[in-house]
Amino acid sequence: MSEEQIKNLEDQFEARIARDEKIEPKDWMPEKYRKTHIRQMSQHAHSEIVGMLPEGNWITRAPSLRRKVALLAKVQDEAGHGLYLYSACETLGVSRDELYEQLHSGKAKYSSIFNYPTITWADMGAIGWLVDGAAIINQVPLCNTSYGPYARAMVRVCKEESFHQRQGYEIMIKLANGTPEQKEMAQDALNRWWWPSLMMLGPTDDVSVHTEQSMKWKLKRKSNDDLRQQFIDQTVPQAELIGLTIPDPDLKWNEEKGIYDFGEIDWDEFWQVVKGHGPCNKERMKARVSAWEEGEWVRNAAMAHAENKKERIEKQAV
Amino acid sequence: MKNENLYKYILGIADNSLILGQRLGELCGHGPNLETDIACTNISLDLFGQVRSYFQYAGKVAGDNRTEDDIAMLRKEREYKNVLLVEQPNTNFAYTIGRQFLFDVYHLAFLTELQKSSDLTLSAIAKKCIKEVRYHERFSSDWVKRLGDGTPESKQKMQEAMDTLWTYTDELFHQTQADKVMVSDGVGVDVTKLKDQYYKAVTELLEDAKLKTPESKYFQKGGKDGIHTEHLGYLLSDLQFMQRTYPNMEW
Repeated sequence: MSEEQIKNLEDQFEARIARDEKIEPKDWMPEKYRKTHIRQMSQHAHSEIVGMLPEGNWITRAPSLRRKVALLAKVQDEAGHGLYLYSACETLGVSRDELYEQLHSGKAKYSSIFNYPTITWADMGAIGWLVDGAAIINQVPLCNTSYGPYARAMVRVCKEESFHQRQGYEIMIKLANGTPEQKEMAQDALNRWWWPSLMMLGPTDDVSVHTEQSMKWKLKRKSNDDLRQQFIDQTVPQAELIGLTIPDPDLKWNEEKGIYDFGEIDWDEFWQVVKGHGPCNKERMKARVSAWEEGEWVRNAAMAHAENKKERIEKQAV
Repeated sequence: MKNENLYKYILGIADNSLILGQRLGELCGHGPNLETDIACTNISLDLFGQVRSYFQYAGKVAGDNRTEDDIAMLRKEREYKNVLLVEQPNTNFAYTIGRQFLFDVYHLAFLTELQKSSDLTLSAIAKKCIKEVRYHERFSSDWVKRLGDGTPESKQKMQEAMDTLWTYTDELFHQTQADKVMVSDGVGVDVTKLKDQYYKAVTELLEDAKLKTPESKYFQKGGKDGIHTEHLGYLLSDLQFMQRTYPNMEW
């Protein structure tokens, strides 16, 4: 194809996105679009899968049968999200095994929030309320993103995430209205998860590298700073409602702007965790890699069995 | 308690689901692939759902304000009446599948009969659970076949798991005193009558999976009387952790 022809295709492609048309797997797309989408969708899928670990950590110790069942269902939802996000990636010509390889080798990233430990039951509430809350703010705009399979997956993901968020908040309500010990547990969890949740919405706009291109492709509709502000404005009244205190002495309502002003985020901590040196990066990766390696003989067996079955059927047919 | 035998009988059934559900819950996020991870968690979820129905009913039968959580999480080790099979650890995926399969075949046969119980609550619970357990049995049978008739490595692992777990199968067909009373009242299932069909079904499937049916005639028992393997204490310390550490609180 000549350069001019490619340019022509690219113009048509961008025009389709501008008209809010969906791009489907078999449509022509620029290589950069394909790669960017594989990167973002797989990063999202990996986050779902690694995210199963900190919450899975409390399944055997959930305080009641009702909470145990709800937590099991929630973590299972996350596995499901991972499954259809990996499938959405596969429509762009990359295999799930390749994506796992990228995760296990450290080449692919996942959300840094899952590198923090879940040390008390209240962390299950804080993760649902804050982490899923921040995730929804990030993800709702993706229901209208330009790549069809991603947009459709996100519709379902967001419905479930919103349920998880309410479930997490409900755990916090119960604790905040419980005994002094329970309330203290809730406050402690909020103290530990608040700042990492704000970091989850990404670096500040001046250092964010992917924003402009992503905006054009509707992979992003608002900047990181706008999303963060939205999250804070939405979450602060929820904390107040249940008598918990946001651990930020600089947080105050700005009457003039109609938003909350907030304190400085510790970006050194953010980059430390992103670069692999958070409290649980190594444990999380070790858990994923060993599940994969220890499962190899099982996956091989399933393939071999399918072959054996096929051979038998073929023999019978002869 | 007026209906002590019924109470004990319900716990005997429910504890199997409780302890097996807890074991499967340990695997969440660590499965050999995403699909089996989801399936094992789903079976765990089904089992805990069943446990809630049984314990809510047991609480009513006890009539002393005991909640489902009190019953599930605040008994002493000797008061859990599950069979030894379900408390065995997740040594590897072959053990997880072997344990599941050996329990599912029994569970399905048991619930088929429990549907006919003269106790309408138990019969209703059985009718609801059997739909789930039919799927469990299909899932675990399929995996026994995949592993038995897969690679030499998987065959060896599956055979080893089956040989080890086999010793816990006979207990499934033992009767406690409460079981006997419940059977004569038309409430309970006579498990002794399920034994032949159980071993027949298991043997057929193992043949299909190119595995040998273990020949050992030495069996372990004790779970139904609350005498467990050393594994159970650790499982209970996780299960009971919150209720023991923070007593009398709502969650």
